[in-house]
Amino acid sequence: MTKEELISPENIVYEKPRLLNDVDMHYCPGCSHSMVHKLVAEVIDEMNLEERTIGICPVGCAVFAYRYIDIDWVEAAHGRAPAVASALNRMWPDHLVFTYQGDGDLACIGTGETIHALNRGENITIIFINNAIYGMTGGQMAPTTLMGMKTSTCPYGRQADLHGFPLPITDMAATLNGTCYVTRQAVHTVAAINRTKKALRKAFENSLQHKGASLVEIVSTCNSGWKMSPIKANEWMEQELFKAYPLGDLKDLEEGVIK
Amino acid sequence: MKKVNGAIVVNAERCKGCGLCVNACRLGLITMTKKTVNHKGYPYAEQQDWEKCNACRACAIVCPDGCITVYKSETSVD
Repeated sequence: MTKEELISPENIVYEKPRLLNDVDMHYCPGCSHSMVHKLVAEVIDEMNLEERTIGICPVGCAVFAYRYIDIDWVEAAHGRAPAVASALNRMWPDHLVFTYQGDGDLACIGTGETIHALNRGENITIIFINNAIYGMTGGQMAPTTLMGMKTSTCPYGRQADLHGFPLPITDMAATLNGTCYVTRQAVHTVAAINRTKKALRKAFENSLQHKGASLVEIVSTCNSGWKMSPIKANEWMEQELFKAYPLGDLKDLEEGVIK
Repeated sequence: MKKVNGAIVVNAERCKGCGLCVNACRLGLITMTKKTVNHKGYPYAEQQDWEKCNACRACAIVCPDGCITVYKSETSVD
């Protein structure tokens, strides 16, 4: 068989998701954001929810998410995505409403909105990209920055007496009565990507079935902010970030998992 | 016996040269261009020895930007 015979449309087994637009994503090479965008597009397409999905963009690197996935989007003020999502879901209860937020948006300026939306048990999904740094503004310290981790605003490493401790917002969310599914995943290997895809699907199904709020944290890399190559950043994430943010389900009411 | 024929096509203009696919390919068939860049100025991924590809899709799954299309076909070999 020649290569020309092989490369024909009927032999395609994997291609760019249909809902991912052709426009180039502005993310740095190897960024986890693009990976999660791809998964969100795949899951929405597989669930046939293209016409019934509303995403809420955050402020942060993912601020242009509305340009990349071909569904309806609303751009929220910084940190206010869960509040906007709550309103949209109450107006259109049959729609899938999800927010897509980074750690600066969700765990810093939007902590109040996030905690209260989760606690009210709004039927929304929150996708939380945790890369332990403020990627867009130049790698400053975030609430989720690890102890001892060097960033541009804590060049000698994060210290408890000066900067406080990392905020375990996902663990906090698991203790709230309004949440039905809280999980922590990553997108650095094929297996992890498949697990994250399943988690996203489960969270979206929970939202559609009005089971309560779902939070999917995705421990991510920010290779530009961390000043590493994409492959090195994945290794560093496995070695350091997973110690502070271990992967797995924190709460799943269906399976009876409550940690 | 069946032989699996696989090949990938990289959207070179969309590729950002992150190299995650190079790392993901267990057969080591993907390389980055050394002397040519795309319109964004990034080196891009290229498949070498496509005859060895088994269409496992690992490179395409880990590609953050969805630049890789995987083709697979089975032919019977006696």
